[in-house]
Amino acid sequence: MIGLSHYLTVAAILFTLGVLGIFINRKNIIVILMSVELILLAVNINLVAFSTHLNDITGQVFALFVLTVAAAEAAIGLAILVVFFRNRGSIAVEDVSMMKG
Amino acid sequence: MTAAAAFFYLFAGVAIASGFMVIASRNPVASVLFLILAFVNAAGLFVLMGAEFLAMILVVVYVGAVAVLFLFVVMMLDVDFAELRQGFQQYLPVGALIGVIFLIEILLVVGSWTIDPGLVQTPLGNPAAAENLTNTAALGRVLYTEYVYFFQLAGLILLVAMIGAIVLTLRDRPGVKRQNIAVQNARTQGMAVENRKVPSRQGVEV
Repeated sequence: MIGLSHYLTVAAILFTLGVLGIFINRKNIIVILMSVELILLAVNINLVAFSTHLNDITGQVFALFVLTVAAAEAAIGLAILVVFFRNRGSIAVEDVSMMKG
Repeated sequence: MTAAAAFFYLFAGVAIASGFMVIASRNPVASVLFLILAFVNAAGLFVLMGAEFLAMILVVVYVGAVAVLFLFVVMMLDVDFAELRQGFQQYLPVGALIGVIFLIEILLVVGSWTIDPGLVQTPLGNPAAAENLTNTAALGRVLYTEYVYFFQLAGLILLVAMIGAIVLTLRDRPGVKRQNIAVQNARTQGMAVENRKVPSRQGVEV
């Protein structure tokens, strides 16, 4: 029987994969943004799993808001990336500290 | 093994495998496509859990919008992705170590703890479940009443994101001829047509 802990395990593995992706793809900000999406997906799986297991719809409402914020974050992040690429001709995130000021 | 369990292992396995390929793939376009696969399988997991509305929203919003946005940016930017992967081997041992430790810790927490049965709402304590509403109706019933301000706030966040993205990426390039409708409409016949007397055999300078 598939229970709550199965879903939590899947979410934990996906979350760890997202964190690992940020670690090992330090130079490629596009993959970093995708890793953030994976992390948010893991959070959503957790929220929905608890929501259905506890028979309380509130978790799904929060998952909906997480989805909204994730979509907004992806749009803004990619817009910043496009502007950065236009100014510098590369997307190497190590150079981002030059943007200060 | 029941069909639900079989589908759970199918969706979970493919989601995790494609999640791994997102971070391990050499080609970022392949990464985006694996991200889409991960999201579709997560939507399958949501359906198994009984959250159909969120599953469909996940497919529409992520696969239809966010992943396409990623794909668009990846293909639009002319970047040497091989160069960006140079630190990959260097960061891999530390990253894998931290990842494994982190995963073990989370799994220990997940495996060794139980929920207070008093927290589980019975259908009697949960009016939406008692009335046998569909998932979408139950979600809408709380979303538009109890969480209406949060709902409005979510809309505001999307508006701010939209305006922000437009303001960030819009640029005025010099030397581009644009249509100016006000000027066009303000033209009179005198500005558009010029009548000249042309002397015979001499022509006229334009």
